[in-house]
Amino acid sequence: MPATPHTRAEAMGLLARARPERLAELAPDLPGHAMLRAPETGAVMVQGRQGGTGAPFNLGEMTVTRCAVRLDCGAIGHAWVQGRDKGHARRAAVLDALLQTDRAAELAATILAPLAADETARHASQAARAGATRVEFFTMVRGEDE
Amino acid sequence: MYVAVKGGEQAIDNAHAWLAESRRGDVAIPELSVAQIREQMALAVGRVMAEGSLYDADLAALAIKQARGDLIEAIFLIRAYRTTLPRFGASRPVDTGAMAAIRRISATYKDLPGGQVLGPTFDYTHRLLDFALAAEGEAPVAPQAAPVGPVPRVTGFLDREGLIEPEPACDDPPPDLTREPLDLPAGRALRLQSLARGDEGFLLGLAYSSQRGFGRTHPFVGELRIGEVMVEVEIPELGLCVAIGAITLTECETVNQFTGSKTQPAQFTRGYGLVMGQSERKAIAMSLVDRALRWQELGEEDSGAPVQDQEFVLMHADNIQATGFLEHIKLPHYVDFQSELELVRRLRASAAQEAAE
Repeated sequence: MPATPHTRAEAMGLLARARPERLAELAPDLPGHAMLRAPETGAVMVQGRQGGTGAPFNLGEMTVTRCAVRLDCGAIGHAWVQGRDKGHARRAAVLDALLQTDRAAELAATILAPLAADETARHASQAARAGATRVEFFTMVRGEDE
Repeated sequence: MYVAVKGGEQAIDNAHAWLAESRRGDVAIPELSVAQIREQMALAVGRVMAEGSLYDADLAALAIKQARGDLIEAIFLIRAYRTTLPRFGASRPVDTGAMAAIRRISATYKDLPGGQVLGPTFDYTHRLLDFALAAEGEAPVAPQAAPVGPVPRVTGFLDREGLIEPEPACDDPPPDLTREPLDLPAGRALRLQSLARGDEGFLLGLAYSSQRGFGRTHPFVGELRIGEVMVEVEIPELGLCVAIGAITLTECETVNQFTGSKTQPAQFTRGYGLVMGQSERKAIAMSLVDRALRWQELGEEDSGAPVQDQEFVLMHADNIQATGFLEHIKLPHYVDFQSELELVRRLRASAAQEAAE
């Protein structure tokens, strides 16, 4: 398998966190594949930590859709994506499988790189808006130290 | 004695048809889309996700539309829906320290690393109705400046000096009140789960009562932060941990006085609140209630305040349980009432007879 800039876990994360419409735009055509597990929606219990750093507790669930496919060439792909979009889970699973083939480098450039750039841009824009609301304190000298 | 009662089917069907018509309101006014509710009623959506205990903004927005804006009814719809979902597993505990914070403030340190970041807050608004919103117009564009990166935890500063009780990590699987009925006394993990999905108004009232003197907590908001965290899940087929999504959380850490005991030197203690969505009122309230409920482990006095009584707090915090029991009394109780009616008549008759004798 050729090297790509992303580990499989990172690539699966980018595919899962992509907006479904964006992923469909970047990868409109999917190769032939068989369903190992048809897209299925369920819930994952999200855990937090007591005091942010301590023992875990159950915060609440979120919706997740998972899917597993086998390409005609035999490569197997898995996807777990947040939400209930079955088309998204299926597309992410097929792309995960394709990333295990000799098309990995090409797909890393045409799909994963734009997704990573989208995410970075979105985070940067939020962080910059937050930055504009950072308080700059002006301290008055009141003369008590004289 | 139960008497089978039938009938009312047509009336119920017609009532539901009228409900649907009323939900739509005046058809001359454009209909709300679920996406509009999701984007423009984001805090209501957050509350429905938090108390419905299911993070899915589209579902919460749909529930709000279906419930005509009655948030407890919407929460009920989400709770009912979530019971139909198979459970795929649990996430890794989210790392709120790595949160992409859009808001982060501390009431204990003015100048702290990362700074005071106000974010999209109602604070410092004048609470004057903005009639400009009643007219259509472009929303202003938020200014941008040097970005906020990951910000350190305020309690971390105190922790390094040993001034606050430690909160050591462990990976024991937590109990889950959606799988096992809530058993009292409940440990802190179970209490936090219950509070995280509890009614915001109930927690607000309890927290306020503790501030007014019914169970003393004397909290400072060490830190309040809001932002997205990654949700990492282990994919069992691959044994890989994947960040499959991101959710917005509000976290509040309070710092509370603790004078120490025979075995422990004086140090600060912690109260913790973590809520899905953007809801700092609830996160602050949760952290006060969490701290108040810890009186026993910290060797504090039981002042008999409601907020210190975990049965009182945990058994009444769930607005779906509460509304179910409360509202069931409007359903037919014809036979129960008939027996009480007969009893009252009999008592009155015998009283009248005694008076006559």
